[in-house]
Amino acid sequence: MELHSAGEDAIMLYLGEETSPEVSARVQAAAEAIKPALGADLVDLVPSYASLLIIYDAMHTDHLSVAHRVRTAVAALQTRSGTEGRTVVLPVYYAAEVGEDLESLAQRAGLSTAEVIALHTGTEYRVYAIGFAPGFAYLGQVDERIAAPRLTTPRQKVPRGAVAIADRQTAVYPAVSPGGWNLIGRCPVRMFDPDTEPTMPVTVGDRVRFEPISRERFVALGGDLA
Amino acid sequence: MSFKIVQPGILSMLQDSGRRGRQHIGLTNGGPLDREAFYYCNRLLGNPEGSTTIEVSFGGMTLQAENDTFICVTGADMPLRINGEEQPLWTVLAVAAGDTISLDFAENGCRSYLGVADGFTVQPSFGSTATVMRENIGGLRGDKLHAGDHLPCAVVRKRRRYRLAAEQRPHYQDRITVRVIPGYQQHHFSRLQQRRFFSHAYTVSDRCDRMGYRLEGPAIKCAIEGILSEGICFGAIQVPADGQPIVLLNDRQTIGGYPKIGSALSLDASRLAQLRPGGTVHFAPITPHGAHNALHLAQSFARRQPLWEHRP
Repeated sequence: MELHSAGEDAIMLYLGEETSPEVSARVQAAAEAIKPALGADLVDLVPSYASLLIIYDAMHTDHLSVAHRVRTAVAALQTRSGTEGRTVVLPVYYAAEVGEDLESLAQRAGLSTAEVIALHTGTEYRVYAIGFAPGFAYLGQVDERIAAPRLTTPRQKVPRGAVAIADRQTAVYPAVSPGGWNLIGRCPVRMFDPDTEPTMPVTVGDRVRFEPISRERFVALGGDLA
Repeated sequence: MSFKIVQPGILSMLQDSGRRGRQHIGLTNGGPLDREAFYYCNRLLGNPEGSTTIEVSFGGMTLQAENDTFICVTGADMPLRINGEEQPLWTVLAVAAGDTISLDFAENGCRSYLGVADGFTVQPSFGSTATVMRENIGGLRGDKLHAGDHLPCAVVRKRRRYRLAAEQRPHYQDRITVRVIPGYQQHHFSRLQQRRFFSHAYTVSDRCDRMGYRLEGPAIKCAIEGILSEGICFGAIQVPADGQPIVLLNDRQTIGGYPKIGSALSLDASRLAQLRPGGTVHFAPITPHGAHNALHLAQSFARRQPLWEHRP
């Protein structure tokens, strides 16, 4: 455990150095323990791969008090296996028509597109972090054989629902946005909807599996091919 | 009842005090770039703290009142006119239905806050009316203001006409010092690089907006190119591979993987956001303890500022 002052109202807590389900589970457990320890002084908790950004109300407490309470809460943590949380299944239509980089990614990997799809759907991913844009969930780890670097020139417009790979991470774009990840398919489930509760189908610590669906099924589930 | 936008100017949008506690689902803060000017706008009007105002960047806005109420403009020196007649800033002014209100281009500073009695009443999303264009959330349609927009507000016929005396108002200069809490990735910057950062002047580049201010100056070298993505707090100063620091502000992305040399004090980030390209920034280190004290002092100082009633 490593604690640092991050700003006038923020403390950064590091719980490891690598991307792994164990470190991520520690981040989750720490977040759960810190909530009651800080109570109303807590403004926000931003979990990521191996860290937890703790934002507190600097008008009602200070970094010394927060650091003390965080240390005490985290020191008392039980180790966890990293298998808690829900498993969410997301349907994906994998095809060149909606996954512009599917073929080039397969070519570079020396695999057929069917093998790329099998590897992508054959892994259970963990939600390591949410951020960058509302509802953007970073899922890992992608099988090394289909890991692919970001595009040298990001696209101006990636459609909502695009399923993509960057290095050993994968994600479903929650909204139309610029993006440099490799597109391999599209998911009809909305990853962020301000008008529903909860606004997201997943939360940090959940497991995600992708399930291949046909074009017809994709359209029937409300998917947009445009 | 409402105010109608005749000309939105370069960039005008609704802002309240910002979205708090939603960074874990990827929603950034939004909110006023200059918290001090925003605070005084609502305080002078007798509004609850954090009421929704229009943040006007650079100026050039014209709007029409469609009901009687009171307005107040704080922040940059944008010449304010009501029906063509010049009016004072940092002062509560009566407007009548049909009046035309215009804000010209700023001479000093670049962000102003135009508030009305009781604030503009728009529906909050995720607990705030703050407009974040990048997320398409808050304000009207998640967007900046456009000609023809109607901003709902109450009819108000009585309000005390407070003003802030000239000597109480901030003076926006084109050279500022930003206090920085040295950060958690500080050890990746050698002592020489840290000294370089704190001892040279940096210039505000053209790439400055609500997300962050990119500065230009002596390049700061970091021992690492990136880190595992992690949460980014307000004011964090990222140093990408080119060594040119970026001070991340209200609309920053919520997580990221560039190393950070520290975080700017919010009080100084407000002043930074009043700078235009070409403005000069010096950085000075401050301890977390010093930052805490500075925040509390600034808050009690602002709350204890006497307001003066003026009689037109």
